[in-house]
Amino acid sequence: MTTISIIGGSGYGGGELLRLLLGHPQVEIKQVTSRSRMGEYVYQTHPNLRKRTQLKFSDPLQLEPVDILFLAQPHGQAQLHIEAYAKLAPKIIDLAADFRLRDAAFYEQWYGEKHAAPEWLSKFVYGLPELHREEISKASYISGVGCNATASNLALLPLVKADLIDLSAPVILEIKVGSSEGGAEGNSGSHHAERANVVRTFSAFGHRHTAEVIQEMGVKDVSLTMTAVDIVRGVLATAHAKVKQGVTTKDLWKAYRAVANENPFVRVVKEQRGIYRVPEPKILSGSNYADLGFELDESNGHVVSICAIDNLMKGASGSAVQCMNLMMGWNETLGLEFAGLHPI
Amino acid sequence: MSAVTCPECEAQIGLDAGIEVGEIIVCSDCGVDLEITALDPAAVQLAPMEQEDWGE
Repeated sequence: MTTISIIGGSGYGGGELLRLLLGHPQVEIKQVTSRSRMGEYVYQTHPNLRKRTQLKFSDPLQLEPVDILFLAQPHGQAQLHIEAYAKLAPKIIDLAADFRLRDAAFYEQWYGEKHAAPEWLSKFVYGLPELHREEISKASYISGVGCNATASNLALLPLVKADLIDLSAPVILEIKVGSSEGGAEGNSGSHHAERANVVRTFSAFGHRHTAEVIQEMGVKDVSLTMTAVDIVRGVLATAHAKVKQGVTTKDLWKAYRAVANENPFVRVVKEQRGIYRVPEPKILSGSNYADLGFELDESNGHVVSICAIDNLMKGASGSAVQCMNLMMGWNETLGLEFAGLHPI
Repeated sequence: MSAVTCPECEAQIGLDAGIEVGEIIVCSDCGVDLEITALDPAAVQLAPMEQEDWGE
């Protein structure tokens, strides 16, 4: 068995990682750390794991060497301690934003501070298999992905890959997000009385995940508008763009079908019958699928591309486990076969 | 087994043996209803479908 440990296992990302790795046939979890929950059973924080594990949160200072180290800490921690972590494990997968951007100046532009370990940025591969499958399979260090960035990048991927977008026009992404994106630590905005029933635009533009879309899609004129909605899990990204002259709906079908055929967790959802005719995050809870849909107004070239994901799965821990599978040469879908629930 | 191309999304759809003119099949990719209009060679056309209207 391949041994793994998780640093920072008390958050939602860490909990989802635990759920996936406890059911993974190739790995054994050695340690899960949490400073605030040290000594407590993991299931006391992640109650869905009751009777699945007797692990207790351990002291991060007492970590032992393992084959793979997952980092699920708040942003900013991994870059401070990466040298020490690299001595504990030959392979590292970081869920946070510390090593997502390749360029230190670009990082400073979007995060408003200098990177603490810029020499490590080039050692990490951006951890979205749909974009970097080959590099991930050869890598030792994998970065996390932003959940909103993932929904945005996958919404744009078929259009960009097939070179169908007119890049002289802006690309606009309207993104609806669930409350679990805010993490396990509450604040006044997540108080139930304030968060329940909400449809609240909290970032019109300038969200940090925009940097990942610029970097990975090569689209410079792009805006992400973030709106909190009344769901717990899920992201729905709706992209608006202009296609190049002469592009038809059939061209889009070819492009979307090609991406779905190349990627086991990407599905095209553009149905003519039934209730679920377009991508919706509702039925993706707990699954690693990304559902893509599109519509083209052929009279003016306006394309709407939609991507739905579970932010904690394809947008975080699911992609991280998929990267581990690729990195280790295992079946890419191992431990990620859960189809989601319906009805839910 | 003969095949037809979906006029909506250009997916290749295999036809079962014994299929008859006038039968309705569903495109496995885009989900439209297709009516078999000929068999030799096989041909299909879009069949009318119920539209959905959520707006009031």
